[in-house]
Formats: sequence, structure tokens, C-alpha cells
Amino acid sequence: MSQRGGRAMRLNGLVRKEFLQIVRDPSSIAIAFLMPIFLLILFGYGVSLDADHVPLALVAEAPSQDSADFMAALSGSHYFAPRVMQSMAEAEQALRLGEVRGIVRLRADFSRRMRQADGAPVQVVVDGVDANTARLVEGYVEGAWGNWLAAKAARSGQALNTPVELQSRIWFNSELRSRNYLVPGLVAIIMTLIGALLTALVMAREWERGTMEALMVTPASMTEVLLGKLVAYFVLGTGGMLLTVGLSVWLFEVPLRGSFWVLWACSSLFLLAALGMGLTISTLARSQFVAGQIAIIATFLPAFLLSGFIFDIGSMPPMVQVITHVIVARYFVAIVQTLFLAGDVWSVILPNAAALALMATIFLTITWKKSRKRLE
Amino acid sequence: MADGFVLEAEGLSKAFHAGGREVAALAGVSLGIRAGAVTGLIGPDGAGKTTFMRLAAGLLVPDAGRITVLGLDATRDSLAVQAALGYMPQRFGLYEDLTVQENLDLYADLQGVEKAARPARYAELMHMTGLASFTGRLAGRLSGGMKQKLGLACTLVRAPRLLLLDEPTVGVDPVSRRELWAIVDRLVKAEGMSVLLSTAYLDEAERCAEVILLHEGQVLDQGEPAAMSTRMAGRTWAASLPGTRNRELQAGLQGRPGVVDALVQGDHVRLVSAGREVAALQADFPGIDLRPVAPRFEDGFIDLLRQREPGQPHAGAANGLGVTDSGSADGVVIKVQGLKRRFGEFWAVDGVDFAIRRGEIFGLLGANGAGKTTTFRMLCGLLPASAGHLEVAGLDLRRAASTARGRIGYMSQKFSLYGNLSVRQNLEFFASAYGLAGQSKTERLAWAQDEFELAEFANHLSGDLPLGYKQRLAMACALMHRPEILFLDEPTSGVDPLARREFWQRINALARAGVTVLVTTHFMEEAEYCDRLAIMAAGRILAMDEPAAIKGLARTNYTPEPSMEDAFIMLVERAELKEAA
Repeated sequence: MSQRGGRAMRLNGLVRKEFLQIVRDPSSIAIAFLMPIFLLILFGYGVSLDADHVPLALVAEAPSQDSADFMAALSGSHYFAPRVMQSMAEAEQALRLGEVRGIVRLRADFSRRMRQADGAPVQVVVDGVDANTARLVEGYVEGAWGNWLAAKAARSGQALNTPVELQSRIWFNSELRSRNYLVPGLVAIIMTLIGALLTALVMAREWERGTMEALMVTPASMTEVLLGKLVAYFVLGTGGMLLTVGLSVWLFEVPLRGSFWVLWACSSLFLLAALGMGLTISTLARSQFVAGQIAIIATFLPAFLLSGFIFDIGSMPPMVQVITHVIVARYFVAIVQTLFLAGDVWSVILPNAAALALMATIFLTITWKKSRKRLE
Repeated sequence: MADGFVLEAEGLSKAFHAGGREVAALAGVSLGIRAGAVTGLIGPDGAGKTTFMRLAAGLLVPDAGRITVLGLDATRDSLAVQAALGYMPQRFGLYEDLTVQENLDLYADLQGVEKAARPARYAELMHMTGLASFTGRLAGRLSGGMKQKLGLACTLVRAPRLLLLDEPTVGVDPVSRRELWAIVDRLVKAEGMSVLLSTAYLDEAERCAEVILLHEGQVLDQGEPAAMSTRMAGRTWAASLPGTRNRELQAGLQGRPGVVDALVQGDHVRLVSAGREVAALQADFPGIDLRPVAPRFEDGFIDLLRQREPGQPHAGAANGLGVTDSGSADGVVIKVQGLKRRFGEFWAVDGVDFAIRRGEIFGLLGANGAGKTTTFRMLCGLLPASAGHLEVAGLDLRRAASTARGRIGYMSQKFSLYGNLSVRQNLEFFASAYGLAGQSKTERLAWAQDEFELAEFANHLSGDLPLGYKQRLAMACALMHRPEILFLDEPTSGVDPLARREFWQRINALARAGVTVLVTTHFMEEAEYCDRLAIMAAGRILAMDEPAAIKGLARTNYTPEPSMEDAFIMLVERAELKEAA
């Protein structure tokens, strides 16, 4: 038999073995298919970074036509669920108890000062424990105030006396739904799980159960053993990606403005890098416990926190921003968010894709160099 | 290979680093293995057997020396060597979530067996291993013996010229063990294969054409097993002294000048004398009856080890101080009736009854998976029983498990030591865990270090200790609170024969002091050290009696002197016949 024929047969056998193991191992199925669905539902329905019916206390120290009018404007917005309170003391108590997230206070001289040149002050007290909601409340109250003034001015037939008029237009995610940028980013998280965590675990399992020793004494080379894993988990990862993208588009109605094939190609590059990381970890850790720990700390958590998936990289401290450059997921998150919400913006896609290709090459090379058919 | 060696090692050395310490697994090993025969690589755990196998398979690089396999350098040409030999690692290398057939297919693909040649080869292997009707079953659902045979079939899927088997029979039931040996013998005779097989069971040595005795990384001896026994001819005896219990006689004989080995064995004490002359012994023990018996391989091994390390172990002070006695009037300390335990659909223990008297050494003998450890855990109150009645030290375990536990010492299979604590810290911890404090704690710590000769290791990490010392420490920890009942779960698996003897001396001393000992084992010969034993298989007791009486069950015209293994196999087969009927 020729050497080539032998290699094809060995590789075929190894890949088939991997698929049989995936099919029979509930944890592989769980990570590849149930986890994406769970995360999608969590991020699609559960986690939202938008303000919606935030409980708010309204205190008008001297009720007047103007204050009632402004309060009505706030109540009409779906951002808030206002509760009118009689005194500041009562409102402060509610804030302390966590019953409301903020207080809007209209002073006794509200109506009088409103008609003066420098305008009436509205005091906004915000519960700063949840910084994100705090900032949203602050911004929305300000917005609501501006809108109310403008509407009032329009009604009275006079232009509002402001030096600059702001006309804002929101691009890419015009409804400002946080789901629209969270859900595409999930593709990166899920592929990290399959590529790095699952792959590191299954390699460690071969060491733990002693099957690696048996594989090593067969004519199969280490490259073939690694290639078998790579092919199987590449297919599984692609499956996870398709599932996530499908659910994003059809269930969560996230627009996919760029080309699907570009997404596919970039996902493949990212998957190779993730698999490279998983296999690199497996050359270091030969127990499932250690491999799992390393994979979570070195790949999954950074992909979650430092990739720009939830937290914008631009608003991180400069030092942390530098660190994000070694996080593979960051390049991919930039690509998916662009492809979903903006379209085929090549100036974003190409440099990030090049970075992914570089990372994949580095990790796969390390794996290949480090793996020898030796037990030490 | 003009000289007929399929494997040759020259000055082979290999060391491993563990916790900043260097441990020499092999130190200057030179040997040759003959073609067309079974060679046994024999030695206790840690002797270097697995390291040698892995070096031969090219999976490790030696620190010094050379190893040549089938004319190829195993280190430099490891790929070529791996293509030519078959190697079954200790855990068989099976994928448990693949079926029998899928495992075979995988190894056939990896070994490059042509598709056309497969059906015939598979049929042959399945016939040989008796797995033909299980091809669709997941490997993980096979019994230990079947896994072992499947592992062998996968290794043999392309007939290798040299077969390396690393401890293929460890923990496997005697029936499967006998079947495996039949397969190996057939491969050698019919196919002319060369086989190197490692084992810690000394009774397997006699089945090899040649044996290599490995001890602490060095070759102690090499040659035909018969030669080793022959050397001992005229020095082995069955001793008994009317009016003296065997255990007392053994204690008196052990450690005397002129005595190499003394073991309680069934109804007599097996004695190995230093020379053929035993007049001095007869003078010291008036009326002693010494009947010559055939020497065994183990006798030769012990003799060699004693020559290397003279000095007898001291053991005897037993538990230090008197033991409280809470047994019932009839002296029964442990009573078990209709004990059952279920895991899901599987009955691990399926109706077990026995009663153990004070000061008795009671053995549970069975293969892995027979239900020994499960029974044990229930007796220690670690696992609730699904059904049945359990009484330990006069206490019902359902009601007073923790009180009962205070009277029990338990030494588990894995020794339950804190590897990153020192010997002293382990002892202190277990003393505190059993509620010892102040003067009594100080006394017990001193006793443990003295009795088990642990003082010089007091500040060593217990994880770095040699196996024999770990075993001593584990036993010291289990005896900290002067328990009246001692549970020992596979206490001697893997330790060398000298350490095992020393261990049994301590057990005997404890029993003499009134401690009740319950021990599980899968070593057939070890079962003979017990006063009474129960043979377990598939969660049931097949027979329960004194060792000599159990062996007697298998006596036929063909086997007038049956071994414990003969009896075990006979009992298992009889139970299977009954099941089938």
C-alpha cells in the first residue's frame, strides 16, 4: 500500500472517530448547540443595555401648570415609569430602598425661573450603583427636558432661544437596540467555546483516558492526529456559527447588511485561530480540569470582556486597550458587528481579517512545533 | 537479529523529575528478549516496567543507553518501530464511547489494514477473544475482562512481530486472566509472535518462557522461571505445630535466623529456610511438623530480595494499647444480612450475608467490579444501603453511623493521604480528625512514627514517599484512634512482596491483639492469609469458608492440589451455569 493511501485512510479513520465521539458525548452537543441557544436567548431577551420603564421619582416642590406638563411628558415616554412623590425626603427614602433609580426634582421656583434667560434648573439625582443605567437615566432626562422645551416653544409659536440646534441622526442601529450589536458578537463567543474550550478538553481527555498513548504507537503521525481533531471541530464550529447567525437573523431580526459569504470566510479564519488556541492549550495541559481552566481564563473570558462584544474598546483605559490587541476575538467582533450592522466595509474587514489569519498561523504553528510523539 | 533477540537494551537509564526530586525509573538496564516466546517483565509498582515498555515503543527518550527493537533503534527510528510492533498500554487504549466494531475499524485504519483483508481478520480476532456477539456494544459498557480482550484485539488488528503488553491482567477477574493467557500462548505457538508482558503478579511468572525480575529500576535476575524455583529446592516446607495457632507459629518463625520467609497459608505455615538444614528450627520448636513442599517462583524472588536488603522489618506491637471490646456475647462484631445496593439499574451488591467475629481476619476476594468496595463503603457508613441490615461494633449503621465510625479504622485503595502535607502533618491531621488531643495525641504520634518507622521521613511530603511507605503511613493514620475494627480496601495492590509481607505481619499482630480486620483483595495468594474469606462475583457471595476448605471445593482427580485461582474459576463457572439454567 502506498504511503499516501495509508495517510488518507488514517485521517479518514481519525475524523470518523471524532464525529462518533461528538455525537455520543452529550457535553460536546451541549457546548456546540445548546450553549449557543442559551446564550442567544439570554442576550436576545434577558440582557439589555437599554433603559426601559426605569422607576423614577418625581418631586415638584410647588406644583404648577408647567411642572405638571413636564411630568406628563416624562410619563409618556416608555423609558421611564415615574412615580410622583410629595417631598424630597420621601423620594430619597425610595432611592435608598432601591425602589426608584433616580429622582427628578423641580424646585419651588421652577415656573418663575423657566421664563428667565438662563432657564430653570431641574435637579436629577441618580442611583450611581449601576453606572450604565445611571448614565442612561441622566441622558434620557436631559433629552426629555430638551424635547419638552422645544415642544413648548413650538406650541407657543416662538423659536427656542438656543444658540446651537442639535439634529441627531443615529446610523447603523437606528432603533438603538442593544440586541442588534450583542447578538452578532455572540458568534465570536460561541466559536471560542467550541474551538478553544471544547477542543482543549477533548485533547486532554485523550491523555487522561490513556488513548493518546495507544494512538501514538500506531503509524499515525502527530500531525494526522491533530488534523483529525481540527477537521472535526472545524465542522462543529461552523455548525455553531450557522445556528447563531440563523437565529440572529430570523428569530431576533438582527439585520445582516453585509455579505454572508464574507461572514463565512472571516468566521473560518477565526475558527482556525480558536482551534489553534485550543490545541496549543492541550500541548500544555494534559488533564481536563487544567485544560478547562486555562481555556476559560485565556480564551473565553477575554473574548467576553475585552473583545468589544459588550464593552466598547474605545472607552477602556489605554493600557487595557493595548492588551486587547492580543485578544483574537477582538478582531472578529469588529468584523461581525460591521458585517451585521453596516455592511461590507472593506477598510474594517480586511485589516481585521489579516490579523485573524496571522493569529491562526501563529497558534497552529506553535501546536505543530510542540506536538511530538513522545509522552514527556 | 542473528542472535535471536527481538529486543535488546544496553545500559538503559531513565529518570523523572517529580517535585524537585529526581526519581530513577530505570538505572543501567541491559537485557535481551528472545524471539518466538513469552517473556515476563516482573516487578512491583515503581520497578520501572511501564517506563521500559514506553522506551521500547519509542514514546520516551532514554537518558543514557540504547534500546533496539526488531533491529531498529527505538529512539531514533520510533516511527518504523511503532509500525512494526503492537503495544497495549495499561488502560487498553480503547475509546469507551465507540462500539467494539468502531474501535476495531479505527485501529485497522490507523494500522493501514487493507479493506479486503479486514473481514477475515476481524472474524478471527472476534472468535479468539469471544467478543463476536458484542460488536455493536459500546466499549465502555464491556466488563473489565472484555475490555482487556478488545484492547488486545485492537493491538493485533495487523499481526505485529513483537507484542508488548503492559500489565494486561491487573484487576481483571481470574477467568479472563486465564483466557488472556490462552490467547497469548496461541499467538506465540501458532503465529510465532514474540511477546513481552509486564506484570506484578508473581504467579504469572511461571507461565512465561523466560522472566526478567525488575526491582527499583534494576534487573535482579533473568532466566527461566523454573530455574528460580529449582534454586530453592529443598528449602520450602509446610510447617505446623500441634496446639499452636498458625498465626502464632508464623509470628514465632518470622524474622528468626535461618528463616527467609514464613506465611500463613490455609491450614499450615509456608516456610522458606535459608538452607536445606532445618535441625536448628526443629530444636527451637519441639514437635514442629515440617513437610517438604514444591518451591514456587515467589520463594526465589523473596530470597533474592532478602539478600539485597537483609534486616527484618520489625512489626508486632500492634495497636499499642488494649482494644475496647464492644462485640456481642457471641463475639460477632460485624453482622451483615441481605445487604443490597443499587446504582441506577445496576445492583452493585445483590444480597450479601456474613458475620465476623472479634479478632478475625476476614477477606473479600473478587475481581474489579465484584462489589467489594461498595460493600465496604456501606460497612463504613459512607454509602447508605438500598436494603438489608448492617451492624458494626454492635451498632446499627442506619441509626448510629457516626458513633460506629469512631470505632472503625479505614484504609482506602488510594490511601487517602494529603500528598502535599508532610508525614508528620498527615499524622497530626488524622489524630485531630479522630478527636485526639493533648497527651494522648502526643503519645499516638510518637507510637505511629516509631511503630511504622516513619520518624526519618517525618518532614517528607507524603506524596513523594515510595509506595511501601505511603502504605505504612496510611495504615498509621487509620490506626490513630485505636479502632477495634479495621477495614482495608485493596491495601497491598502494587507493593513489592517484601512490603506486602511486612504489612501482613502487622495485620496478624493486630488480630492477635483483638482487632477485627476486614480486607478486600484481588490477589489470590493474599486471600490465603485470611482466617476466613468470601469469594464475590457480580455482587454476590459465591462461597464463604476457611481458605483451605474453599480450595478443597475445586479438588478433582486432575487437580489434587487446587490453587485458590482454580477454586475461584470453578465457583464463577458454576454460578454462570446456574444462571443460564
